[in-house]
Amino acid sequence: MKYKLGTLAVAGLMAASPVMADLVFPSLSYRTGPYAAGGIPFADGYADYFTLLNERDGGIGGETIRVPECETAYNTEKGVECYESTKGEGALVYQPLSTGITYQLIPKVTADDIPMLTSGLGRTSAKNGNVFSHVFNFPANYWDGASVAIKHIMEQEGGSLEGKKIALVYHNSAYGKEPIRTLQELSEKHGFELKEVPVDHPGQEQKSQWLQIRRDKPDYVIMYGWGVMNQVAVQEAANIRFPMDKFIGIWWSGSENDVLSAGAKADGYKALTFHNVGSDYPLYDDLKKHVIDTGKTAGAGDQVGTVLYNRGIYAAMLVAEAARTAQEIHGVTDITGGQMRDGMEQLEITEEKMAALGLPDFGPEFSVSCDNHGGEGFVAVTQWDAEAKEWNLVSDFMQSDQDVIQPLIDEDSKAYADENAIEGNC
Amino acid sequence: MFYREAGDFNTSYAQDQQTFPIKFDRYRYYLVLFVAIFVIPFMVNDYWVNSLFLPFLIYAIAAIGLNILVGYCGQVSLGTGGFMAVGAYACYKLMTAMPDVSMFIHILLAGVITAAVGALFGLPSLRIKGFYLAVATLAAQFFLVWLFNRVPWFYNYSASGQISAPERDTFGILITGPNTDAWATYMFCLIFTVGSALVARNLTRGSVGRKWMAIRDMDIAAEIIGVNPLRAKLTAFAVSSFFIGISGALFFSIYLGAVEVGEAFGIQKSFLVLFMIIIGGLGSIFGSFAGAAFLVLLPVLLKIVGVDWLGWPTDIVAHLQLVIVGGLIIIFLIAEPHGLAQLWRVAKEKLRLWPFPH
Repeated sequence: MKYKLGTLAVAGLMAASPVMADLVFPSLSYRTGPYAAGGIPFADGYADYFTLLNERDGGIGGETIRVPECETAYNTEKGVECYESTKGEGALVYQPLSTGITYQLIPKVTADDIPMLTSGLGRTSAKNGNVFSHVFNFPANYWDGASVAIKHIMEQEGGSLEGKKIALVYHNSAYGKEPIRTLQELSEKHGFELKEVPVDHPGQEQKSQWLQIRRDKPDYVIMYGWGVMNQVAVQEAANIRFPMDKFIGIWWSGSENDVLSAGAKADGYKALTFHNVGSDYPLYDDLKKHVIDTGKTAGAGDQVGTVLYNRGIYAAMLVAEAARTAQEIHGVTDITGGQMRDGMEQLEITEEKMAALGLPDFGPEFSVSCDNHGGEGFVAVTQWDAEAKEWNLVSDFMQSDQDVIQPLIDEDSKAYADENAIEGNC
Repeated sequence: MFYREAGDFNTSYAQDQQTFPIKFDRYRYYLVLFVAIFVIPFMVNDYWVNSLFLPFLIYAIAAIGLNILVGYCGQVSLGTGGFMAVGAYACYKLMTAMPDVSMFIHILLAGVITAAVGALFGLPSLRIKGFYLAVATLAAQFFLVWLFNRVPWFYNYSASGQISAPERDTFGILITGPNTDAWATYMFCLIFTVGSALVARNLTRGSVGRKWMAIRDMDIAAEIIGVNPLRAKLTAFAVSSFFIGISGALFFSIYLGAVEVGEAFGIQKSFLVLFMIIIGGLGSIFGSFAGAAFLVLLPVLLKIVGVDWLGWPTDIVAHLQLVIVGGLIIIFLIAEPHGLAQLWRVAKEKLRLWPFPH
């Protein structure tokens, strides 16, 4: 056994030995397990955008980009292993795409001086940059999603939710539990009744939950689901003939994978998003020319243009722009994790910038500051058209109810700061 | 040739009954301990510790615990994940309630609390056996996970329902939280692993262990010769849960740092530890180590070979890993149903006679 450990140790050293002079963006992806349907398109989009930058521009600021991929299977233990095995390569930023792994990594990245971006996931109170120095969650977070969902429902109901019943179907994990506090506050503010319906991992069996919904007859259902849970929920909702336009998923419950299996019955299902949908952007022409047609796509290359592929593109675009910002601030091209953090903290996404990148009107405008690591919280609603098999934006980007969310963020981040004796960075 | 007994005379009962009666074996054991204590801590970095050593050491404790129950006392249990969760949550509550107390005491207390819970869930074992007992412990697994998800007191009312370990030290050295040194967490777990193995080894070859084995081999016969089944079974559950609780507490506080009960301590954890002892060898302390090493290190090794050396896509390697680990389990069960420990025993016998087997 001693020998076995010895060989492994040597192997580990060889694997973890640093390779410098590249910009390293590790991709902690999951292409296996019950969440692979969501993990694959995101990982493909993330890798393809960097491939495009390498092929078309020769990287960022003349530095080539490397995207080492590590399979986490949405499992926190494997996520930690992936983090430890890639951080030595000069990793610039992590995007684990898993709230569980995010919670593991928040203290670790802070200690190792590597930033982490958790767009639309992770710990919501990480928006408070004063406490969470290395964690960013722009442009929107779970609580923004909950608030905008309620806002959209209010619009549908003509401005009042008095006496209405709203059910929350959620993944019974750190991720799914995130919006509960916010929705409770909102239910007090707007006078609706909130029903919490948990679904345990992985969520393939939801008969009893939907029976409960059928009995309670809520006016609206909000869903915080991921992976195979989404498809099952949409199918079950169709089975009990729940009106699809009153069923609203968070952005992790709003991709093609989730609705295609229910066929025409899923028509009208709504989901939130913090970026635009479709593939009608100039960037896609470049992607086709430099990546798709040359056969350099990641994975099978069959995900191009899907909602989660777009999210991968968007995630890669945000960190690429942050890296560019960091290069400008520090005047060097070969940046470190700490410099990357500064770049993310001073990132500004404007309409001109997005248009110049070939992604006009792709997401909300926002700017990051030391206090605010989470952007302004603009979220839009999309709706599934089962006949055309596409998602369409059906609302403008609306801002979440900051009066409700900001005190909650302050409270939760203060609890974290007290627990870990953090004095503040700003 | 190797393992020569010639000239190796035992002149007292103590010498005759020690764990490693053969001199060569004993020196090899001392060498392993020496390397583990005086060499590895000076060479490790974060990657080695967090990816290899910590999971290996912690799972070894869990495997020892389960081996006592399943391998020595013959009571099949599928509640390991739930009992690890008890250890983790006990440790979390103790850590946050009493920040100034040393982590050593918290981990041990977490083990004691788990022992009490384990003994409670061991009560049905007095009436039911075999598969039916497995189902009863399965109920414990699901009940405990549900409990920790349901009652906010256990996770101190945090918004996400996760528990995360605050920074704590022992003798002034940080051992939980992100700013720890690799050697400190390694040594902390090593102390518990070595301690657990020593205690378990000595329990299992003493009168307590003999009673467990008597119950395992035939409970009616054991009762006739004067073994109290109530006491034997409940002590097996308590001792087993004590070790599993310690491993759960270490798993949460030292290794992961933040835990979500359904994901970290679900049913798959119970099966993982059960596989460890089946592959390693039922009723063997060495088997617990061998099984833990096999199931912790093999996936990492396959990943390094597949992704880092051969450059294959990560999903193919992840799927291959399932195929290879599954295949190896089947091969082991057919070729050597008594596990790695038996292979080791056979190898030792052969080496003892080599090169003159007749």
